[in-house]
Formats: sequence, structure tokens, C-alpha cells
Amino acid sequence: MKPAPFRYARPRSLADAVELLASAGDEVKILAGGQSLVPMLNLRLARPSVLIDLNGVPGLDQITPGSDGGLAIGALARHAALASSASVMERAPLLAEAARHVGHPAIRHRGTLGGSLAHADPAAELPAALVALGAELVLRSRRGARAIQASEFFLGLMTTALVPGEILLEIRVARQAQGWGFAEVARRAGDFALAGVVALVDRAAGSSRRCEFARLVGFGVGDRPVRFTAAEEILTSGDPSAALSRAAAAAAEACDPPDDVHASAEYRRHLVAVLTEQAVSQALERLDGARPA
Amino acid sequence: MIEPAERLSIRLTINGRVVEREVSARRSLADFLREDLGLTGTHVGCEHGVCGACTVFVDGKSARSCLLFAVQLDGATVTTIEGLTPPEGLSPLQQAFCAAHAMQCGFCTPGMVVAATELLEKNPSPSTEEIREALGGQLCMCTGYVNIVRAVTEAAAARRGHAGVAE
Repeated sequence: MKPAPFRYARPRSLADAVELLASAGDEVKILAGGQSLVPMLNLRLARPSVLIDLNGVPGLDQITPGSDGGLAIGALARHAALASSASVMERAPLLAEAARHVGHPAIRHRGTLGGSLAHADPAAELPAALVALGAELVLRSRRGARAIQASEFFLGLMTTALVPGEILLEIRVARQAQGWGFAEVARRAGDFALAGVVALVDRAAGSSRRCEFARLVGFGVGDRPVRFTAAEEILTSGDPSAALSRAAAAAAEACDPPDDVHASAEYRRHLVAVLTEQAVSQALERLDGARPA
Repeated sequence: MIEPAERLSIRLTINGRVVEREVSARRSLADFLREDLGLTGTHVGCEHGVCGACTVFVDGKSARSCLLFAVQLDGATVTTIEGLTPPEGLSPLQQAFCAAHAMQCGFCTPGMVVAATELLEKNPSPSTEEIREALGGQLCMCTGYVNIVRAVTEAAAARRGHAGVAE
């Protein structure tokens, strides 16, 4: 249970980190919080020859409120910081709530938002929250910077759009919809969820309709965060509270959950329906509370 | 620009003492504490971040020492169970663990004490639910959780009583 030997560098600037990454070859891994990577190293599921530790680069953990009402979050922002940041709780409370559900206090002190996204575990909370929030991710390499939508970043089981030489640098989210909900089932608090659903709902000021915007994303139910577009359409096409059970059934229909020792695919699909109802109900309640109809 | 290296020199503060060593990059903080410094109070259980036995304070916050490499901690401040224990005797929290019979084999105890110390510093009057949440990442394979929660509850009450007297 010891990692294979590797070489280690702790660059002090982003420019150095980018150069090191470019020159270190294919067998290189970036070390952020290490709460997913180091278990993989210890179990020898990963055997990089070089580790580049980003923790010496100043400023990568900043959470910056923008003048547009959104947030720019450095990739090294820790889960504990997201969960307790006043600006995250005000502008993207779904993200703060998702961060509270990651692991345990000691894990949340070290684990980072960028690390969770780059690791791309399909049962993780934060990738689903960022897909729902329509986040934009900034990737940086020697060739420059590029931006990619969170929904296009996750390509499959622990696979992302990051190419060799690229660092996930920043996560940008706009001010979140007013109604939001989060529901998951895990065997024990802090475990990876068997299944979970995040929900966002909103409507224009003064609108007579209860819900004009809906975004539903499941986690632990596919090879990446799964958006339930058919269920979203059901919620926005009529009275969403009356359509709740139909939306839940559509979400369960849309996912292809894993079947493993922790839970059968059938049970997970059942959970998706229940959790969709819970998350959407929370979201509608918050929306009604925020702006009485 | 710096070059990646397999061995590096580090300087850090552990339990109030400055320590300088050259270490292999793959050396975990847990093994560094136990094997290189003889601080065997930090226990190593699962070595992949699940059991919590190796939990220590790094720069004032709890962290799994099996998920950190010693080379990452150049300049850091680390406190282990040895650092939480007074030179003579036991801390009130440790005494509460003894009084409540909150240890059976004792393997999880150092991590439990670290996690409970952090909880009581943040929240002097935790509910049973909050204690269970704060200790949720610490596994006791003897399943002695009831007495562990009782010990923390009683330590919290004693702390508050003590503070009241001091005022």
C-alpha cells in the first residue's frame, strides 16, 4: 500500500507549472488536494513517474465574486471553503450544498474543486452541480487558455476533455437560478452516493407561470453527470407540481445506472425517481419563498 | 525552473519542534511521522483515506496523513496525538475517553481524539448528531461508537463547566 517511486516538483508560479507539465512527458499527474489521486497511487491504480504539486502556486484557491453576479473559482478552492464561503452561499448555494456532501471534514479540508472535476468520478456531487449550473471551465497549457462547458468536459468514466499538458485552472459560474434542490442516498454519511439528483428551477419576475427554467442532473447513475432533459421539459411545459411524478419517471427512464455490489441498477433507477421528486420539491419551495407568485 | 526530484529536503514544525530531513518523494506523512520521527501515536490503517486512524492536524486543520506526502509539507505546521497530549497525564478529552471506556483495542483512538478536538474547538456544545457527523470519517472496527460519542459529549460538558467556573 505504498505508491511506486515518482519524482516530485512544487512549482511556485503558473508559468513554471505549465512548463513542467509540458516537459514531463505522458507519465505525469497533477497533484491538487490528493484526496482521490493519492488513494489511487497507494493502491497502484496509477503509477505516474512525475507528480506536479500545484499547491505552491499562489492564488489558485481564490473564490472571486464577479460584477456580473457570478463567481470565478480557482481550481484549488477546497471543498471546506466552498461550503462556508459567503459569496458561494449567496450566488451558487447549490455548489456549497454539494461541497458539504463530499467525504468528511478531513477530506473537505484538502480536496479541491478542480481535483474533483479532473478526477471525474461519476458518483461525485461537484461535477453534477457544475453541469447543472452551466459552469465554464478554463483550461491552460503552453499553447494558451481555452474555455469549455462543464457539460462537454465529462467524456465518460473518469475521462475528461483535458489533453496532456493542460491544467484545469478556473471554474466560472453565473448567478444561480433561485429555486434549487439537492438529494442523494448514501449508505453512510460521507460515502459516495448510490444515486443523487440536483435541481434548479426559475421563472422571470412577474411571470404567472410557476417554472420557466428547469435543470436536472443525476450523479452515480451513469458514466458521467447525466442531464434529464425530458424531465426538464415536463416541468416547464405545465404546472410543475402536478407534473412532478411524470418528471420523476422520465428521469428514471433516461438513466442507465451501474449494477454493482453496492446497489442494483433497478434500485438506483428507483432512487432517481424518488430523489428527482425530492430535489424538485425543494427547488420549487425555495423558488416560491424567494418570489411569491 | 525547478526539476522534479525523487528525494527532497523539507523543514517543518511538528508538535512545536522544527524538523529538517531529506525524504523520498513517495514517503507519506504518516510513515514520515512513524518511521522517521518515531511518533507512533499516529496509526496507519487502510492507507487510502477511508479509516481515519492516521488523522492529524496540518496547519490547524484535520487531514489524513496517509493522503499527504511529507514533501508537500515543507514549511507546514503539523500536530499529532503526541502534541495534543500534555507532558504529564492526559488532556481532559483523553481522560473522558478513559472514563467512558471509549476505546477497546485503541487503534482508532488517536484519529478519534484529533477529530473530536477539532469539533470541540469549533463547536463547544455539539449535539449527538453533530458529534456523529464530525466523527463520521473515523472508523472503529470494534464498533465502540456509543461510548466514543458519550466521551465527547461528556468532555464538551466538562469543558463548558470549567469555562463557567473560570469566568
